[in-house]
Amino acid sequence: MHNKSIAELRRGLHSGEYSSQELTRVFLDRMQRHQALNCYITVTEEQALEAAARADAQLAGGKAGALTGIPIAQKDIFCSKGVKTSCGSKMLDNFISPYDATVVEKFHDAGAVLLGKLNMDEFAMGSSNETSHYGPVRNPWDADAVPGGSSGGSAAAVAARLAPGATGTDTGGSIRQPAAFCGITGMKPTYGRVSRYGMIAFASSLDQGGPMARSAEDAALLLQVMAGFDAKDSTSVDRPLPDYTAGLNEDLRGLKIGLPREFFGAGLNSEVAARIEAAVDEYRKLGAEVRELSMPSLQLSVPVYYVIAPAECSANLSRYDGVRYGYRCAEPADLTDLYTRSRGEAFGSEVKRRILIGTYALSAGYYDAYYLKAQKVRRLISEEFQRAFAEVDVLMGPVTPTTAFGIGEKTADPIEMYLSDIYTIAVNLAGLPAMSIPAGFVGDKPVGLQIIGDYFTEAKLLNIAHRYQQVTDWHGRIPQGFE
Amino acid sequence: MQWETVIGLEIHAQLATRSKIFSGASTAYGAAPNTQACAIDLGMPGVLPVLNEQAVRMAVKFGMAIEAEIAPYSVFARKNYFYPDLPKGYQISQFELPIVGNGHLEILLDGEIMRIGVTRAHLEEDAGKSLHEDFHGLTGVDLNRAGTPLLEIVSEPDMRSAKQAVAYMKKLHALVRYLEICDGNMQEGSFRCDANVSVRPVGQQEFGTRTEIKNLNSFRFVEKAINYEVERQIDVLESGGVVVQETRLYDSARDETRSMRSKEESNDYRYFPDPDLLPVVIEDALKEEVKAELPELPDAKRERFKSQYGHDQETASVLTATREMADYFEVLVQKSGCDARLCSNWVMGELAGALNKNSLEISASPIDCERLAGLLQRIADNTISGKIAKQVFEEMWQGSATADAIIEAKGLRQITDSGAIEKIIDQVIADNPGQVEQYLGGKDKLFGFFVGQVMKATQGKANPAEVNKMLKEKLR
Amino acid sequence: MSLTSEQVNKIAHLARLGIDASDVDAYARDLSGILDLVAQLDAQQTDQVLPMAHPLDQAQRLRADVVTEEDQRELFQALAPQVEEGLYLVPKVIE
Repeated sequence: MHNKSIAELRRGLHSGEYSSQELTRVFLDRMQRHQALNCYITVTEEQALEAAARADAQLAGGKAGALTGIPIAQKDIFCSKGVKTSCGSKMLDNFISPYDATVVEKFHDAGAVLLGKLNMDEFAMGSSNETSHYGPVRNPWDADAVPGGSSGGSAAAVAARLAPGATGTDTGGSIRQPAAFCGITGMKPTYGRVSRYGMIAFASSLDQGGPMARSAEDAALLLQVMAGFDAKDSTSVDRPLPDYTAGLNEDLRGLKIGLPREFFGAGLNSEVAARIEAAVDEYRKLGAEVRELSMPSLQLSVPVYYVIAPAECSANLSRYDGVRYGYRCAEPADLTDLYTRSRGEAFGSEVKRRILIGTYALSAGYYDAYYLKAQKVRRLISEEFQRAFAEVDVLMGPVTPTTAFGIGEKTADPIEMYLSDIYTIAVNLAGLPAMSIPAGFVGDKPVGLQIIGDYFTEAKLLNIAHRYQQVTDWHGRIPQGFE
Repeated sequence: MQWETVIGLEIHAQLATRSKIFSGASTAYGAAPNTQACAIDLGMPGVLPVLNEQAVRMAVKFGMAIEAEIAPYSVFARKNYFYPDLPKGYQISQFELPIVGNGHLEILLDGEIMRIGVTRAHLEEDAGKSLHEDFHGLTGVDLNRAGTPLLEIVSEPDMRSAKQAVAYMKKLHALVRYLEICDGNMQEGSFRCDANVSVRPVGQQEFGTRTEIKNLNSFRFVEKAINYEVERQIDVLESGGVVVQETRLYDSARDETRSMRSKEESNDYRYFPDPDLLPVVIEDALKEEVKAELPELPDAKRERFKSQYGHDQETASVLTATREMADYFEVLVQKSGCDARLCSNWVMGELAGALNKNSLEISASPIDCERLAGLLQRIADNTISGKIAKQVFEEMWQGSATADAIIEAKGLRQITDSGAIEKIIDQVIADNPGQVEQYLGGKDKLFGFFVGQVMKATQGKANPAEVNKMLKEKLR
Repeated sequence: MSLTSEQVNKIAHLARLGIDASDVDAYARDLSGILDLVAQLDAQQTDQVLPMAHPLDQAQRLRADVVTEEDQRELFQALAPQVEEGLYLVPKVIE
């Protein structure tokens, strides 16, 4: 059962082949058995079984919604009422959310069963899931390798079949990079497509929630539920929601694919490059036209990102002050002591680094040189994408320069860690949709192909991903020990 | 040395919306602590702000009333600092691109009209309140007020005395109430003022170093605090010291200002555009809509009163100082059908006096327009004299009876029957032969005595004009 | 561009972020490294470029002025470290 796709599980539930309670049990058992991966921060077993029972009643009564009875798991960044929502931080270790995020509400309304809350880098700041207060997640393909981050728990859980599908969030690659490292399919939608209400903010102008699943088809089913206008989010876009599964099989003949030269430069591991080129060849076979193009300002996306994201995060994380919720230090001597110690004791070092750099970039005398400058270069990057999309339909390239690196390998040098996001960050700066899909292996570790589209072309990206998955089986591979 | 004072005011007007600027929580005053602080106001993880349409309309309305530019594109920014009454660790405000740009206001002081520039007005959220009563040595925080919409109105440093500053503040107070965008309740903190004060030698171009005085919640305190601060700065300068740029708190109990060290620590606010909010775009259509809703403004009303009712500048200014006063006056004229002069005399005289004595606003007057009109009509038709009318007014103030009912019950109707008056006059003459003799002997001043006697005999009800006329005839 | 320990302490105070004295040098090194990375932006000519604050060119949507929230004080304050009589308690605030 755990190897079935969401589409298959829907059919099984509707035909009565198995109940949601049985299905939910299967996943709860697997979660129990594979605790060593450290995917889940919280397992909501009781609620899950109750929800599954309700789902079974609905299925029996013919009142099923889009995902009725399907177990899913939420990244622990989405507030879920009555459930601990930690954001991977000691700061929120005691935080039982008093409300539901819009995304959580939507899954609930669609009838999905929440299995639990997934591990992640603290406040989504990290590329390896090593900054989590709850310890690193292990990559199901190699227990000594990182699963990527920040949605590392989500990617590992889906790859290890500890959930049929999961949510993630992507601020600089946090869905795509772990999807690539764990060999699953992940999508970061257009900024504004998925509501950010109740999704704990890291960098508000970059954050976007999205689906993480085993196939493009499953991702489409999840996105259908997650996406849509939300009046509670001022940055949510009010535009009709397409049917994401309707066009999955559309023909790709004549599709224009652009390969930015800058994605294939010196930093790219040659074996990863070979897998990407092979994947592009597959698209040629499907009738696509491929051309190279140059996008020189992409090189600046990492420095731009490391001004904008920390600046926004430095303000977004000011609310964690030990007054209304969350961690409070013992016996504060005075107000300043309350703030500095509560924050000092409960934030990890990566979060602190980013708060510090952001505070510095915004402080008197530096605003123009850093923040304003970064916002300007951000526009140049965004305009460069628009020029590219005037020529081609989609861009393709690697998601990461290498396959999953080892746990502890990059923790000593934060800059080296930042540079591993070089191919993913620009997409967030521009607010574009992009996917990572499995495109083969280097050794026993997966490689991800990145597909970037113009604004609101999620349906097209899913179609492009799905057609590839019809002619390849990389996405169907199961890591050893999780069959 | 001769010193010149330079004052600029920053006024925070709470906008009279039902819900908060970025959340659907109520803005009603006086609720139990933290019962009107929703997840958004509390800065819970993951929550997001959505802008209140009314707050925007009110800001636009204000901008139009002071003939300011309304920014077609304005931006919300985060002002970062840590304070327990600021749940998110930043205040959502406007910095570089405020919604209302350059405008102006005219004040009338000692018969002279003066124009005060308004640099800008911007929307922002209010903070909560720290309560310093002792909770085992701790401070209590109530976040009900957090997120209440504020319009911060910043003036140019155009004022040169505390009196001018107060006149400007009063004018602004009247204006926001005319526009119905703020209830103006200063006790509840709906209308608050910070004053930037500096002094410079007369003739010097550059401004002196200024201090900012916070916590000015009455017109009287603004005047006293500025006067104190001006004296203090002059003392500092004259004794060879320098004024330190700082924030000072006005302590009304001691009538002095003192340095607020807590505010000095972190004045690097690290403003940047709030990424949770998009630029506010004001279309011309909205401006047209708001324009159509604009009421007659104080200056226009004052000019109309002058031409329509023949008021002098002073009278017209007093009557139009608040919308309620002006409305009361106009309804009174209309309902009573009396001369505007009689109406304005009563509104500004007896009524204003009684309201003042009882610290009441005209909107809370125990005597409404209708009842006062009834009284004025009885003056106009000579049923009672002005003097008796004051007595009737007192009665009316105490209860709910109409003027007619009081006149009837107390028998206050004026005696205009000349036969009856004549009889009384004859009696008075008969009773006071000595005074008659003296009067006829040339002591003219005694005429008043006879009038007094007649009025006394009629308990003031005789028509004074009739009494005068007849007495003159009889004592010839 | 390199930051001194003193600057790091100043920024940390501005951010009300407690940092162990023994870690200050490491932060100074890391932050300086990030600033070196960011210095790549200096070479980019941006005089005529408008800053981009949002990915999408949209205007702020306005919400009708309606009270939609009910009192949930109990639920919210159950999360608070210290409350009394409905108030959040903090160390004494001195103005």
